[in-house]
Formats: sequence, structure tokens, C-alpha cells
Amino acid sequence: MNSFPIIRVITKLLIPYILLFGLYVQFHGDFGPGGGFQAGVIFAAALILYGLVYGLPAVHKVAPPKVIEKLTALGLLVYAGTGLACMLLGGNFLDYDVLNHGILTENHFLPEGQHLGIFLVELGVGITVTAVMTMIFYAFAGRERVTS
Amino acid sequence: MMDLIVIPILALLAATAVTVARIRNLWAAVMFTGIYSFLSASWMLILDAPDVAFTEAAVGAGITTILMLATLSLTPRRHRKSGRLSSEDFEERPSKSPLVPLLIVTITGCALVYGTFDMPHFGDPNAPIQVYPQPSFVEKSQPDMHGLPNVVTAVLASYRGYDTLGETAVIFTAGIAVLLILRKNTDDQGTSESQSVTGENA
Amino acid sequence: MTDFLGLYNYWIVIFLMMTGFYIVIARENLIKTIIGLNIFQTSVFLLYITMGKVTGGTAPILKGSHSGESHGAESHGAESHGAEHGQELHAAAEGHLDSGVEAVTEIYSNPIPSVLMLTAIVVGIATTALALALVVRIREEYGTIEEDEILEMDRNS
Repeated sequence: MNSFPIIRVITKLLIPYILLFGLYVQFHGDFGPGGGFQAGVIFAAALILYGLVYGLPAVHKVAPPKVIEKLTALGLLVYAGTGLACMLLGGNFLDYDVLNHGILTENHFLPEGQHLGIFLVELGVGITVTAVMTMIFYAFAGRERVTS
Repeated sequence: MMDLIVIPILALLAATAVTVARIRNLWAAVMFTGIYSFLSASWMLILDAPDVAFTEAAVGAGITTILMLATLSLTPRRHRKSGRLSSEDFEERPSKSPLVPLLIVTITGCALVYGTFDMPHFGDPNAPIQVYPQPSFVEKSQPDMHGLPNVVTAVLASYRGYDTLGETAVIFTAGIAVLLILRKNTDDQGTSESQSVTGENA
Repeated sequence: MTDFLGLYNYWIVIFLMMTGFYIVIARENLIKTIIGLNIFQTSVFLLYITMGKVTGGTAPILKGSHSGESHGAESHGAESHGAEHGQELHAAAEGHLDSGVEAVTEIYSNPIPSVLMLTAIVVGIATTALALALVVRIREEYGTIEEDEILEMDRNS
């Protein structure tokens, strides 16, 4: 891809906006269309685009495979941990109504109850989906072609 | 007015599906699959499911296409033709007749169409799917969620939270499985080892 | 005949589904088979989504409820709604005078098919990636991705 300067420049211009859009979809998913699944895929698409144009070593520097592998498990743990936290606070598994903390709620600085639960769960989904999609791309792109 | 948008999308959808079935060139087939995904995402948007359309556009047209292209580049075919489409790309292989599969597909399709005669009409507000959970999630979510407007997210993450946890676990498991199958060559140590293994087998 | 025209969405879905089915059973290339499964899968998504549509409806994102407003007003709206449970769609908007009149008449399509298909799409790409990974391994072991050639090799060995 070194011989296509237009693609390289345009990619560099596009990627910040793709990431920003991914963040918007992730954190605005309760209000508009969106959520963890979509945001994860969009985030992974930005990383994959970078990898396609600048090569695998460059994207490995941005998102090291070891970190990505750990993130896949972390997302699932955030999800299950939210459920467990609800249990510890006296509710059922994934019953977000008990997540009322009463701090900084005047201006909706921190969401409460159901809203906080959905936020955390979507965050977990987003992390897992991003990491799994990126990891699958790494696995395919890192594979060498065998000519037999 | 809406028909002017819907009918071309549906016609293109059907045409793309048939093209994918007929075309022999795998690279072209993968690209047509991306187009097919994008068209179905457009139809989903018209059917009031923006969340799904979103996902389908990003997943079907984006990541599936890239993964399939990556697979194609890893599995070179012996008879590589030029990149341009030619009439040869549409030709059937002489060895196998397409009549038997066509017959099976036609019979199955007719049976399914016969089955639809008992289905509720398109957009019917009294269909069982619309009346069954009473009060519906749209009505329930307003008091339950303290004013979160997106009902799809509310059902996904809260009412069916346990289900979504399972789906996330499935994605995680599939990712780990892909890693286990394909990982050998990714780190430097494994490269020489696996190459010698494949060399022996070949 | 006009009775049956209301079912056109199912027929289109069935046509797409059968195209995918044909690719799966008629083509011997493994990647082509996966493409066929993908088309079949997308047609199933479309089947669910078309069933959730209500004529004249809109996307299930409620109007007139902004969480930026004070929490007390919202919970008050919730209480009054709980009393007349399930009477009207989106009756909670009656707490907001400006949007109350039009919001009651709003029709929303069913969110449940969207939720089910949303997760199914992402799980579908994960399983597709798994299938493609297996294809890559098969190509490395057998040197081909044509089903009949693989079966022949297995028979000869």
C-alpha cells in the first residue's frame, strides 16, 4: 500500500471520525439507535482499516495483540461483574434497580439504577466485540499463505 | 411514495442473490455478498429497525467482506483468471447437473409459500407478535427505565440481559476458537515450526 | 388475489432463503457454501424484522422523553403511567404538556425482533469467522477447497 498516497492520507483523515462515531454510538446508544454491538464493530472497523492500509506491524503498535486478547475476557467480566454487583447489593442477577448510589446525581453526572446498569453492560459488550473482531482480523492477517 | 424506494431495493436484493448463486468467480461473489448485505440493511431501515440496519451494514458489508477476502487470499485457487469478469465466470461446471438442486429448492420454496397463507399480513397491527406481551415492552419501558427512549437497548441490556450475556459469551468463545485454529503462525517462534509441519504433510 | 398481496414480504424472504439454500447444496466450493449460508442467515433476519413492522409505525425510540429533565418529574410521570397500565402507547408523556397530544397517537414497531436479530448478526459474524478459519486450515492440509476433491482424497487415503 506504500504506492497509494491518496489512500494513506484519506485513511488518516477518516480514522479519527470513525473512532469518534464509534464512541458516540457506544455512549449514546440508550437515547438513539446504537449500543455495544454496533459500537464494537465500528471500532474494530477503524482498527482493521488502519491495519489494511498501514500494515499489520503498525496496527500491532496501536493495539498490541496481547492487550486485545485480554480485552476479550475483560468485556465479558465487566458484563458478568455488573450482574454480580447487583447480587452483592441485594438484588437479583442483572437487576439494575439496586444500583442507586446517590452520588453526583444532581445534573445526571453519573447515571443511576437501570441507566447505570445498561451503560455498564453495553460497555462490556462493546469491549468484547471490539476485541474479538480485531483479534479475528489479526488471526487471519497474520497467517502466512501456504503454497503447496 | 415509499414504494418507489422499496420496490427497487427488493428487486436489486433478489437480483444480487441470483447473481451470487450464478457467478463462479469467488472474488466477485464476495463483493456481491457485501452489496447484498448493504441492500438488506437498507430494507431493514425502512422496516423501522435502525439498530439492526446499523449492525448489518457494519458487520455484513464491512467485516464479513474483509474476512472472506482474507480467506480467499490465504486459499489461492489453481486456476487463477484475470480480475475482470468474463462469460466463463458464469458457466456451470460440466460435471454436475444443477437440475436436482433446483428441483429441491423449488419444492421447498413452494411448500414454504403455501405455509405463508396462514401468516398475518405485512404490517398488521393485530398480528400475534404485536399483541402477545401485554403490556408490551414499549409501554413497560417508559416507567421501568426512567425515560430511556431507545426501547431496543432497554430490552437488549435490561429485560433480556441474561440472554445478551450468553450471546457475548458465544462471541468470546468463537473468537478464542478462531485464535486456537489460526494462531500458529502469528508469533515468530511458531512460524518455522508450523511451516515444517505443513511441509511434511505436503 | 388481493388478499394474498399482503404476504409479499414473506415471499421475498422465501426467495432469498431458497437462493441461499441452492448455493449451499449446488456449489461444491467451501467458501461459496459459506456465502450461501450467509445469504440464508440474512434472509432469516429479514423474516423476523418484517414480522415486527406495523403499518404507519416508526422506529421504537420513544419521543418526548429526555433524561436531561429532572429525575423527580420523570418518576412522577412513571407513577401516573403505572396506574393506567397499558392503556395507550407512551402515556408517560402526559407529564410533559407540550408533547403530550401527539405522543399518545404515536405507533411504534415491535422492538423484540430487532433485539433478537441484533445479537444474532454479531454472533453470526463470529461463527462465520470460525467457519472461514476452518476453511483456511482445510486448504493448508488438503491443498484445495473443492468439496468433491476433498472427499476423493479422503476416500483414497
